[in-house]
Amino acid sequence: MSRRDGMVERRGWGYWLSHAGLILGVAFVFFPIWLAFVASTVSQTEIVRPPMPLWPGDHLLENYGKALASGVNAPVALMLMNSAIMAIGIALGKIAISLLSAFAIVYFRFPGRKLFFWLIFLTLMLPVEVRIVPTYEVIAGFGMLNSYSGLILPLIASATATFLFRQFFMTVPDELAEAARVDGARPMRFFLDILMPMSRTNIAALFVILFIYGWNQYLWPLLITTDPAMNTIVMGIKQMFPSGDDIADWPVIMATSILAMVPPVLVVIGMQRLFIRGLVESEK
Amino acid sequence: MATVTLENICKSFGKTDVIHGVDIDIADGEFIVIVGPSGCGKSTLLRMIAGLETVTSGEVRIGGRRVNDVEPMDRDIAMVFQNYALYPHMNVFDNMAYGLKIAGKPRAEIAERVAGAARLLQLEPYLDRKPRELSGGQRQRVAMGRAIVRKPAVFLFDEPLSNLDAKLRVQMRLEIRQLQRDLGVTAVYVTHDQVEAMTLADRMVVMHAGRADQIGPPLEVYENPATTFVAGFIGSPPMNFVPVGLVGLGAPEGTVLGIRPEHVELVSGSDRLHGTVVYAEALGAETLVHVRLADGTLATVRQDGTAPTPPEGSDVGLIWAEAHQKLFGADGTRL
Ligand SMILES: Nc1ncnc2c1ncn2[C@@H]1O[C@H](COP(=O)(O)OP(=O)(O)OP(=O)(O)O)[C@@H](O)[C@H]1O
Ligand SMILES: [Mg+2]
Repeated sequence: MSRRDGMVERRGWGYWLSHAGLILGVAFVFFPIWLAFVASTVSQTEIVRPPMPLWPGDHLLENYGKALASGVNAPVALMLMNSAIMAIGIALGKIAISLLSAFAIVYFRFPGRKLFFWLIFLTLMLPVEVRIVPTYEVIAGFGMLNSYSGLILPLIASATATFLFRQFFMTVPDELAEAARVDGARPMRFFLDILMPMSRTNIAALFVILFIYGWNQYLWPLLITTDPAMNTIVMGIKQMFPSGDDIADWPVIMATSILAMVPPVLVVIGMQRLFIRGLVESEK
Repeated sequence: MATVTLENICKSFGKTDVIHGVDIDIADGEFIVIVGPSGCGKSTLLRMIAGLETVTSGEVRIGGRRVNDVEPMDRDIAMVFQNYALYPHMNVFDNMAYGLKIAGKPRAEIAERVAGAARLLQLEPYLDRKPRELSGGQRQRVAMGRAIVRKPAVFLFDEPLSNLDAKLRVQMRLEIRQLQRDLGVTAVYVTHDQVEAMTLADRMVVMHAGRADQIGPPLEVYENPATTFVAGFIGSPPMNFVPVGLVGLGAPEGTVLGIRPEHVELVSGSDRLHGTVVYAEALGAETLVHVRLADGTLATVRQDGTAPTPPEGSDVGLIWAEAHQKLFGADGTRL
């Protein structure tokens, strides 16, 4: 009995210690974001006068209203929408393409199957930045500068996602495909009715990662959008930074930054629920 | 509700020949069990009937129609897989209805057919459940239901009971037999369990290394095995094989004499054949006495549980009625 008590006590110690450590870590990471939030709720004069305020002020609505309605080149609301379209387009496009190519590679024996797999795999080693000049040439040639398709298309081929779905499809028992075949399902029907629903956990997890990847794109949008109406939010924040002797409107910049963080956070929270449910229900 | 004919079926995977010419004629409504050791090509044969595997040479006919190049869904068959292969994300109803939905059957008919199958298989309380929320036996029933609702002409089973515990296996075995009789469907059933084969089959096909060694009703196969392989595979414990030299029978070199354990009797005075008792297994109703013969081969004698058991190491004689002995040539076939 006493031994058991001792163990409980010791576990209690570790429990509180590790929690204290974790809380400290969270506070450490969260502090800059908190400061940004505080800065977005006070006035310009309060920010520039040291010490920096640590608690929210009363200019919240004013600052956010100003940020949404007007940016430097384009209103933040418009840039948020552009970013959302690009990020969703990239995420969905990448998922659709990689699902299909993984399906082809795993379920069909066609000549050059290995070759295609390795070609796809090779592109893993070529990030956007490396191939940015030829890609620009191609997109310009197609007249897709300053358009959503120009923002999205070059970024939707994804070796990582293809590889992930390939690994998943290979764990799906062959008997399932055979049962579907006996039931009369043609390959695409099997793909849509059986494989896709079975992959939904993976799809949700990938969507989160790819949405954030798309949302955070900076170099590519900067290169191909000269029209302010096509600017994305990440570009917009950068444009707001003062250059030379300009005076920056820090509360509005901070409000914009906070606004730029909201959609990815919402996606993570929304999808998390979906893929945790998927994990709990995990299939046999 | 169709005949199935396999004519000189061969199958090779690349350079390896797996099936070397199998001929089977299956009558309408017959229950055929294909039995054999692991790797002898049972599943391959069944999958060729289903259309999941191409036929290298020979002809498969279902209901008189050549189906070598016909897709599985157009062959009028249904298959029950060893691991059930239920769609994990669909509930029981949808699992059973999927084939009908693809066939474009009207909603009302689908509901009615699935309800009928669910009633037959006592699955009604589970229609809304996902496969993972069912027990092994219930999953097995869903797999059967999926086959039934399509009203196929031929049922194909690939070791459908091998994942169930012993008791459930016996129960499901009876249910499958009952169901097949009631529906009057032709059935081809693959198993490596000879008890299943004996109890289910109208006729059984004993396969050995890609060949059908013997085709016939279970008792006929048991009484009159065509080869030493069949004699040794069907029946537990297997038939005893004794070189004819040992019993002083005038027969060509290499001939062996086969005799079932239950046909041998132990006597004290050594007569025709004798050996030493190695050990005895008392199983209650019967006792299996293992005897080492003069040339070192082991023979098994099955005697009544109440009969006196000779002590280990004692010398015993073995006798049997001449009518029960079978002679096999050096190549393993019956003389
Ligand atoms: N796709 C394949 N490629 C190559 N060889 C195969 C293939 N499928 C089966 N084989 C071979 O064919 C032989 C027969 O296989 P099969 O699956 O029909 O055996 P089985 O009688 O069903 O055995 P079990 O009782 O273990 O299921 C085996 O030797 C196996 O290795
Ligand atoms: Mg098999």
